[in-house]
Amino acid sequence: MALAGLSLEQAPPLSVPLRFFLTAPLFAFLAALLLLFSGPTALASRWSPALLAATHLLTLGFITMSMMATLLQMLPVLAGAAVKQPRLVAWLVHVPLSAGTLLLASGLAAGWKIGMLASLPLLAWAMLTFILVAAYSLARTEARNATINAMRLALGALAITALLGLTLAAILAGHAALPALKLTDLHAAWGLLGWVGVLIIGVAYQVVPMFQMTPAYATRITAWLAPWFFIMLLIWSITVWWAEDNAKWVALTGLAPGLIGFALATLSLQRKRRRRAPDITSQFWRMGMASLLAASGIWLVAQFSPALSAAAFYPLWLGMLWIVGFAMSVINGMLYKIVPFLVWLHLQSRRPARGAIPNTKEIIPDKMARRQLRAHGAALALLLCAAVLPNPLVYMAAAVWCVSCALLAWNVFSAYRLYHRLAA
Amino acid sequence: MDGLGNYLAPDHRRCDDYFSAAEAAALQGEWEAAEAQFNHFLAGMQHHFAKEETVLFPAFEQSTHLTGGPTEVMRMEHAQMRGLFQDMQQALASRDANAYAGAAETLLILMQQHNLKEEQMLYRMCDQMLVRESAELIARMNAIAQ
Ligand code: HEM
Repeated sequence: MALAGLSLEQAPPLSVPLRFFLTAPLFAFLAALLLLFSGPTALASRWSPALLAATHLLTLGFITMSMMATLLQMLPVLAGAAVKQPRLVAWLVHVPLSAGTLLLASGLAAGWKIGMLASLPLLAWAMLTFILVAAYSLARTEARNATINAMRLALGALAITALLGLTLAAILAGHAALPALKLTDLHAAWGLLGWVGVLIIGVAYQVVPMFQMTPAYATRITAWLAPWFFIMLLIWSITVWWAEDNAKWVALTGLAPGLIGFALATLSLQRKRRRRAPDITSQFWRMGMASLLAASGIWLVAQFSPALSAAAFYPLWLGMLWIVGFAMSVINGMLYKIVPFLVWLHLQSRRPARGAIPNTKEIIPDKMARRQLRAHGAALALLLCAAVLPNPLVYMAAAVWCVSCALLAWNVFSAYRLYHRLAA
Repeated sequence: MDGLGNYLAPDHRRCDDYFSAAEAAALQGEWEAAEAQFNHFLAGMQHHFAKEETVLFPAFEQSTHLTGGPTEVMRMEHAQMRGLFQDMQQALASRDANAYAGAAETLLILMQQHNLKEEQMLYRMCDQMLVRESAELIARMNAIAQ
């Protein structure tokens, strides 16, 4: 029975989810640091080794790391499907994902083939374990809703991304001969649009209405968007492989309208919110949606403007807007809801006598979160400028970005430290 | 439009409205309005809890023979919410906007994920298992005084 998942004993210890949320900002910090030390050459092209390394510190180390933990947190609430053996699962995913990401990033940054090869079994193991565990829960649940469907599709996209990524790494390490350029495009699209995009869309259906008391997304959006997007991604992939010249038409008519529609729907729901109190998470989400619109808009213009699509900064802008502006903003905002609440919940169960338990705004003060929001916004703006004029702007951008990531790491860590002080 | 879920879920929306009105007033320093809205909110929540705790949960437990399961989790979350109601009341009494905002934010997350679990799972299960009793259960819940 689906509801059997909702029982008291099954709440895993705080360290299970929190290790993911504590590690993720450190990876983002490493990415920013790498950019700082590599300087302008990092932004010379989308193929620069430092950029590929930073991309994976972010996509695997920050984004995938925190999205996996978020998914594991949401499954019991949404699907009544608690994960069995949560401690074991956390170990089996967190350690190889962290180690594999570090090795892959070092391998990409330094052209170090052994590191790259060594990362493959670790990453494959982490992905496989996570996908099997989540798929098992999702397959057994009797709950039916659009978020659960989106999670299923996102999980499929993650599997495809991982397979393509592992193949690419094998090619780069000299162990496979396949058309790497097309594969890279497919890999990046399945990772960024499929895994990241579809999961955020599905999670948005729940959290956007929840925290600001907006109306729900229209059912004609929730019923269609994620499946439509997934199918378009499939058609697009097939077209890229066999008829590349036509791929842009699929993206133009299938993918871009879905993204723009989602961003506009989200912003318009936020305008209709019943809760008027300022909310930092929602500000992060607005930044995320604006970036999503900007990325889609720039991409649309580039389809008709050879000058833009040939510009060196164009692919960098797409990546920065999608990864830093869209995905990181949204996740960063979520962390400020999830982490304080988890700490509060676990303090509550440790110390049933109330009174001395700080509330969520005392666990991470708005002032600290707002400061980091500003740093994050400034970092994004500077990164976009640095893509156009790497020398000397990349140093400024990377430095501000380091500050933002360090503040985030500090905010999450402070929450954890508070828990330890009070729970002892 | 009948069924237990359709009967109970609108309570959640109604209370949400009072919750945001009270919060907005408290943050503006309009304390009397905040208190009035909060009292509506509190009365609505207590009434809703009473319907669940005295009618719906016992019926669910009887028909599933499942105690210590989902309804126990729901009861525990009700207790946690009641604790936060007190914090909010204290903050209102001492005109402390920061304390109010903090307690309200904590309650919001707890309450929303609680409502989600009820609407996505518990009510649906009840609708499946308690079809025959549902009219009678709703009548009994209606009889509970505000
Ligand atoms: C199993 C895990 C993964 C492995 C082994 C892996 C491996 C790789 C490799 C080797 C490349 C470089 C291709 C080249 O230089 O030709 C690459 C590129 C890329 N990967 Fe991954 N990857 C993984 C997961 C992900 C995920 C989860 C995402 C996104 C969420 C992602 C996003 C990207 C992007 C955006 C690029 C850059 C493409 C470009 O510059 O145009 N990767 N990946």
